[in-house]
Amino acid sequence: MRGLVSGTIPFSMVDGPGNRFTVFLQGCNMDCLACHNPYTIRVCDDCAACVDVCPTPSLQVVNGAVRWNAATCIGCDDCIAACPSSSTPKTRSMTPEALLEEVRPVAPFLSGVTVSGGEATQQAEFVQGFFTALAAEPATRHLTRFVDSNGLVDEATWAQLDGVMDGAMIDLKAFDDETHQALTGTSNVSVLASIERLAQRGTLHEVRLLMIPGRNDDLEDLERTGAWLHAVDPSMRVKVMGFRCHGVREAASTWTEPTRERLEAYGRALRAGGLTDLVLI
Amino acid sequence: MVLELDREPSSIEAAGSLTLEPTQRQELDRILLDGTLSYRQRVQQLAIFAENLAPMPPLSDAAREALDARVICDMFEGHAPYRPRYTLPDYAKALEQGSAYLELPAPQDLQEATWFLASMYANVPSITGYPVYLGDLDALLAPFAEGMTQEEIVTALRPFWRALDRMLPDAFTHTNLGPADSPMLRAILQLERELLQVVPNISLKVEPGVTPDALIRDAVGTVFACAKPHFINQPVMTADHGEQYAAVSCYNALKIGGGSHTLVRVNYMEVALRHEGDTETFFATTLPHYLELTAELMETRIRHLVERSGFYDHHWLVEEDLLRLDRFSAMFGVFGLADAVNLLMEREGKSGRYGSDAEADALAHRIVRETAAFVAERPQPYCEGFGGRAMMHSQSGIDLDVDVTAGTRIPIGEEPDLFRHIQAVAPNHAVFASGVSDIFHFDETARRNPDAVVDVIKGAMQQGMRDFTFNLDSNDFIRITGYLVKKSDIAAIEEGARHGSTYLGAGNEEQAHCTQRATKRVVAAERLAGG
Repeated sequence: MRGLVSGTIPFSMVDGPGNRFTVFLQGCNMDCLACHNPYTIRVCDDCAACVDVCPTPSLQVVNGAVRWNAATCIGCDDCIAACPSSSTPKTRSMTPEALLEEVRPVAPFLSGVTVSGGEATQQAEFVQGFFTALAAEPATRHLTRFVDSNGLVDEATWAQLDGVMDGAMIDLKAFDDETHQALTGTSNVSVLASIERLAQRGTLHEVRLLMIPGRNDDLEDLERTGAWLHAVDPSMRVKVMGFRCHGVREAASTWTEPTRERLEAYGRALRAGGLTDLVLI
Repeated sequence: MVLELDREPSSIEAAGSLTLEPTQRQELDRILLDGTLSYRQRVQQLAIFAENLAPMPPLSDAAREALDARVICDMFEGHAPYRPRYTLPDYAKALEQGSAYLELPAPQDLQEATWFLASMYANVPSITGYPVYLGDLDALLAPFAEGMTQEEIVTALRPFWRALDRMLPDAFTHTNLGPADSPMLRAILQLERELLQVVPNISLKVEPGVTPDALIRDAVGTVFACAKPHFINQPVMTADHGEQYAAVSCYNALKIGGGSHTLVRVNYMEVALRHEGDTETFFATTLPHYLELTAELMETRIRHLVERSGFYDHHWLVEEDLLRLDRFSAMFGVFGLADAVNLLMEREGKSGRYGSDAEADALAHRIVRETAAFVAERPQPYCEGFGGRAMMHSQSGIDLDVDVTAGTRIPIGEEPDLFRHIQAVAPNHAVFASGVSDIFHFDETARRNPDAVVDVIKGAMQQGMRDFTFNLDSNDFIRITGYLVKKSDIAAIEEGARHGSTYLGAGNEEQAHCTQRATKRVVAAERLAGG
């Protein structure tokens, strides 16, 4: 069993409770206009457009496939800039055990591990294998195991993670389905189902709302969002994040970032819906 | 003392009996004519000037030459030491027995206790002219606050806490807290967050199983507000010093009831620059040569202080058994490790650098280990406080240090990610019994996730780190070596600053552009103080 890993961060303070080792898996089943790491959306199709722009000999075509040499790579990311299909040649195919080896020396510094993406659950079998390995290993057993997901996940996939996943953080791009489709290209029906499902099982850590002025920040919609989330779980923890242009693709690069005042207006609308555990970022 | 100087006297020189070199005259004028210095700052600088008219304690030609070239350094403590560099009076004993010298009975309540301590502080010497240790104030004051709530303690303690900063305007002044939690400790952290003072500097002793996570988290929140406290590893410290120790000044771990006679230091970079040949001969000849010269400088300074100055024969703290000579040792400082390692690597045609290359890291650790082995073998007089030996100290710099890296730190701008950084420096921490510091930077996101910082601190201690110090770039405090200055004070320095250490910070800021690198750790600086 192998996973396609886009990258790892040994210390992350923004991917769940406490200090966490974060794994980014390559490939996503949404194509959000506001994606902050769009190079994780698709799996490399070996078009080799990146090979010519590499300033070091770190990219080669071998038997029709693009190969990346991490040892000589200087991390300039010119390859990612040149990629025509929201991908990266800099991925690693890893076993759960190999990934565990990266966590082991960092474990004394951590509250837990978070698998993010891309969309982590697209590789649910690998995530399950990785979490199982973490739970079996004495040095990493104490770590909480979280998934960061867009929620576009079916019941069978969540069931695969039952028992090994301690918590999930779900992005809700919009409660209004039309808005959701405009932003992501897909319906939010299964996202809402995921939120309900995880809340019922007690494994929903938080719901995250990425707020984009003029795109998904209608205050009445937001109040309905709050009411629905509150109905699912009155103690629901919700993180409200203002959209930032940094890292997004060209289509979203001129979108407006919300002011602090606007962010606080979002908070008021959500509270009007009944929510109390709100974090505004 | 007869001074034999051969220049013509200036208008300010006493007729015939004293002649100044032109550089001395210039220095004297600088002090006498600089209106931005406070009265006390000027008095202290005049005292150093006067002390340095005396000849230095005797040194071999080789040691003198190395000192003049600043390969080895006496921290500009003065030619004729007449008080130990750092003293850690046994305040607990004083509170219990009262003081004949101060004509004060043992205090009976919190108000009496704070006034008793304040009276003591006015009479505690150190190299800075101010006490570098105020006691473990939570433990000292808790017995006088039994039954009081945290809020009641805050109200009662606030004037005292303000007075510490106003009466002892020197950021090397240090108190210790912990490892156990108490309303007194929490009240002190609350006051710190409220008052945002430079003084006192604070270290929190952290012990697994004793110090609750909630307390560490409260202290992390206090760092967010005012860049204090440092977090120190209680099991590592007590293994070296026993329970009766404290961290004072800048990361200097010393015995309570004792202290350090002096601090001398060796500049590894200068040693490496004077080395010819390969790395093995560096360890075989060049390094031991300069280590011995450092030890010689230390020995001659200790002998002057103990045998000639009379401090340990007459000082009231000694007479009242609040300081004991047999609890003293001296600090063997090292700095410029990164620069030395990178030089030695280059000589061997290797590009690896300390902090980002396993071989360079291993070389760094070897230099430190071999130095420690030398220091552990080399007897020093009057160092019964540490088995007749000096104590290793990773010296974090003074404001005259240019283009050389503080202590055993990784140079500013070259720090790897946090985990790699801790791995690179942690092995050094075991040997620096009298202190070592690596300052870590956290960005603003840490403020929303203090538990993550608690995780990192606990992990670092589990890896054997003796001290963990971190900074956020977003508050008004900037950490220079181990002491703090306010960014707003540096900006206002031309109008004169109340804290002596602000000047040291200003000199360092010019040389290291540390305020421009506010998102990076800061190099170190201290002269006439700290260490």
